[in-house]
Amino acid sequence: MEKESYLIKQVSLFSENKPGRLATMAKAFLDEGINIKAFSIAEADGFGVIRVLVDKTREAYDKLAELGFNVAYTDVIAVIMRDEPGGLYEIAQTLANASINIEYSYAYSGKDKAVLILRVDHVEEAIEHILNAGFNLVRQQEFL
Amino acid sequence: MQYWDPRIETMPQEKLHEMQYRLLKNLVYRLYSFSPFYQQRMKEHGVHPDDICSLSDMKKLPFMRKQDLRDNYPDGLIFYDHEELVRYHVSSGTTGKPTVVAYTARDIDNWTISLARALSSTGLSRGDVIQVSYGYGLFTGGLGLHYGAERIGAIVVPTSVGNTERQIELMQDLRVTAIACTPSYLLHIGEVAERMGISIKDDTLLRKAIVGAEPWSEKMRERIESWLGIKAYDIYGTSELSGPLFSECEAQAGFHVWSDFMFTEILDPDTDEPVLPGVKGELVVTMLQKEGLPIIRYRTGDITAMEAGICSCGRTHPRLQRLSGRVDDMLIIRGINVFPSQIEHTLLGIKEVGEHFMIEIDRVNSLDDMLVRVEITPLAFSDKIPDLIHIRKNIENQLKNQLNVSVRVELAEPGSLPRFEGKAKRVIDKRSM
Repeated sequence: MEKESYLIKQVSLFSENKPGRLATMAKAFLDEGINIKAFSIAEADGFGVIRVLVDKTREAYDKLAELGFNVAYTDVIAVIMRDEPGGLYEIAQTLANASINIEYSYAYSGKDKAVLILRVDHVEEAIEHILNAGFNLVRQQEFL
Repeated sequence: MQYWDPRIETMPQEKLHEMQYRLLKNLVYRLYSFSPFYQQRMKEHGVHPDDICSLSDMKKLPFMRKQDLRDNYPDGLIFYDHEELVRYHVSSGTTGKPTVVAYTARDIDNWTISLARALSSTGLSRGDVIQVSYGYGLFTGGLGLHYGAERIGAIVVPTSVGNTERQIELMQDLRVTAIACTPSYLLHIGEVAERMGISIKDDTLLRKAIVGAEPWSEKMRERIESWLGIKAYDIYGTSELSGPLFSECEAQAGFHVWSDFMFTEILDPDTDEPVLPGVKGELVVTMLQKEGLPIIRYRTGDITAMEAGICSCGRTHPRLQRLSGRVDDMLIIRGINVFPSQIEHTLLGIKEVGEHFMIEIDRVNSLDDMLVRVEITPLAFSDKIPDLIHIRKNIENQLKNQLNVSVRVELAEPGSLPRFEGKAKRVIDKRSM
């Protein structure tokens, strides 16, 4: 079982909480023809962290670094949810039963499927438990 | 231990004090008699040379400030006859009108002797090859070090500043053993050498650097010494006092101030009262033998502290710590004196942040509020918010321990804070607006 194949490289960037930072990032993606598949912003007092899943991860990272952003890769996993009541519950409960902590999470719900993106403390265990429970994980190349 | 003039350098302190008193008494009589400026100042201040009966009577004399030099531009304070003068140096007027310093032949000689003692105390002597990479010209650094180095019998390479690649080639070809320059230029030389594929440590004979003329820190010394494989010695002096005059000895424990040339006071900048050894205050100097431009109780604006006790090298003259800031830079936050240099020093020890910072001060609910903005380094960036908050809290704690006043810290993106060429303006004080 190649658990690593389910790890998805998320691009995270540090941003000061001020007008124009998101626009700068988004413009860079436009210029490079990078499409955003999923996206979230976490904010603290005075700063924030923007997290994105994109089709061209490497290009996104390099372009943002070139623009002077503080940028990092982070491994996350993406679980396909049932797009109906209880879909999130099933996955969250599976991880809870395995005592795996979710550090942060965000989701999208499209016309063909709903996907929950997770950053967890023990990623390999998480993958194992999720697969054993019958859920499907999205691979990086499926974002292309 | 190598002394240039063992009799003076190791003279018992009581003897030095006697000598200082005689020189001071002589100086105030001469100035009162022949200098209109000093006579008027002393009269306004209600003091007569007869009132100076001991060294501690120094405190009866009026202060002199940079502004006095500017107000008397170009030569209002110059004391000797024109025919006795042999040189002028002029300081740049970045913060006002320039100031002119005039030298008699004896002034140049005393300046040279002061540096000969200083350079000898760092272990340099005949046979050493000293590259002087301070600017030559109106600035005092280049010519001052040049004369001092020649006096001890060293070979001088007068490269002045600039054309760094050539400087590095000469350093190799002429087997340079010591360099005199600013700390930032020394780091620049190290970087340029690396780009040229030359290791200062392994590919040159450089082993000592005489470093000063701009603020630096112990952390910078550690970096210079380990990276370049040399010893770095702090040097002090300003053009008003002649130029660079004093340096650390091989013990690297504060620069030795030659008591026969200068009387040193360290005063609390608020109360003008002397502070104890080890306590920071403003350096106030009296040049006991200067002729062309006499200097009495001159407020240098430099913040330093006297080292307690006698140096392990055996020299009996007082030692001062590396400058830790300028009085003009001093901030008073909730009644506590804070220097931007303390913040710089603390940040240098925190690996998660870069060296650039900004300070913003405001008054919130009638209380002073200090905000320090720092850039988080790419290596320290975690995309988890609690990690970033933890880094910020750690910086706040370390700053509070250092400054004794609480500080708010804001994390900024790398490259987002202003960079300064020349004098940095890192403080935005909104309280006065």
